[in-house]
Amino acid sequence: MDDLVERFLRGERRALSRVITRVENATPEGREYVRQLFPHSGKAHIIGITGGAGSGKSTLTGALAAEYRKRGKTVGIVAVDPSSPFTQGAILGDRIRMQDLALDEGVYMRSMASRGALGGLAPTIDDVVAVMDAFGFDYVLIETVGAGQDEVEIAGTALTTILVNNPGTGDDIQAMKAGIIEIADVLVVNKADHPGADVLVSQLQALLSLAPPGSRRPEIVKTTAVRGEGLDKLADAIEQHRQWLESSGTIDQCRNDDARHQVLSIARAILLERIRAATPEADLQALVERVASRDLDPHTAAEELAAAVSS
Amino acid sequence: MTSPAATKIRVLIAKPGLDGHDRGAKVVARALRDGGCEVIYTGIRQTPQMIAEAALQEDVDVVGLSILSGAHLELFPRIVAELKNRGVDDVVLFCGGIIPEEDTKALEDLGFKAIFRPGTNTQDIVKFVYENVTK
Repeated sequence: MDDLVERFLRGERRALSRVITRVENATPEGREYVRQLFPHSGKAHIIGITGGAGSGKSTLTGALAAEYRKRGKTVGIVAVDPSSPFTQGAILGDRIRMQDLALDEGVYMRSMASRGALGGLAPTIDDVVAVMDAFGFDYVLIETVGAGQDEVEIAGTALTTILVNNPGTGDDIQAMKAGIIEIADVLVVNKADHPGADVLVSQLQALLSLAPPGSRRPEIVKTTAVRGEGLDKLADAIEQHRQWLESSGTIDQCRNDDARHQVLSIARAILLERIRAATPEADLQALVERVASRDLDPHTAAEELAAAVSS
Repeated sequence: MTSPAATKIRVLIAKPGLDGHDRGAKVVARALRDGGCEVIYTGIRQTPQMIAEAALQEDVDVVGLSILSGAHLELFPRIVAELKNRGVDDVVLFCGGIIPEEDTKALEDLGFKAIFRPGTNTQDIVKFVYENVTK
């Protein structure tokens, strides 16, 4: 096992692959790898790319990685696709849109299934990103599951969050709603060769002008990712956001918030595991049946479960 | 219900060579998805290097190759060699498509554990994957 860490730290891609699998499967071994590799992380700029299904996230992710390669930077990509809620199986198809990078040694691309996590990510995304960061990539790009209006978790993992919009997908009231649009650090209008792109840009501009004074206004960038257009401007906008994060000191706040969120969610998982371990299945089933038959409310039932480990 | 982060079988379904008909590959990918596997599908016209590199980066347990062009005896040995070059020597290999009976021996010698021809019940492919991956 230490052999694998050694090979990882020497930059062997096969070792990176093996480590990610164990981390993704949340095995005790995987947790040990995270412990050993975490101190090496914290250097990469983590970029989240989110937006609706079919908005062009995969193509944009691939094109952005290609732009970074032009700039001499290395890139790790994690692309998340949904798991079936019934069979837990998944089709992971994001590589299809990133063929041009397939043989580039400066790019590593990994597909992940969402495995029941909400928010467009996967349960172990933070650990997998930390491992990629520790491997030494300059940038780690996270592509979320196709997101709707409320999948905001990506902002807790990424330092710069890009929201991909398309022309012709709703009026300005859609954009005025709370939720995903609020987490964007850079707004991309992708498929900008389609009609309505300029209208969407002005709607977004009008929307941003309503932001409270003093808040940072996200830049709006037009791209046609499939033709590689606008990616230089997007990379520049990300760089500006990164510089702002650093010069304003916001980056420390981000790292602090992310760490808090991560620690609390791991603690929550540990407590749940302990409760499950302390509760015989028959007892749990008996409690569940009482709730199902309206004999007991779910809050009291959960209190009873939690009491098993609170003393 | 299995735990959300439980270990999953990861399968790469790839189409080497120049034929563009991926119906069969998609049907197999879908059957494996419904069988609970995580299936990485890379699309058509993959070179041996691309397939081997995807298998490495995705750390798959199984690689399934679909081919209809007749170039399997050209391409498959190169794919196996590219996998070996990268140290990927423990994946379960299977293939499917238009593959004459007389080529069976050559493909078995290359390390292919199964050949699924037209008319195969997709459940047999799912069963094969579960029986051949030790987790």
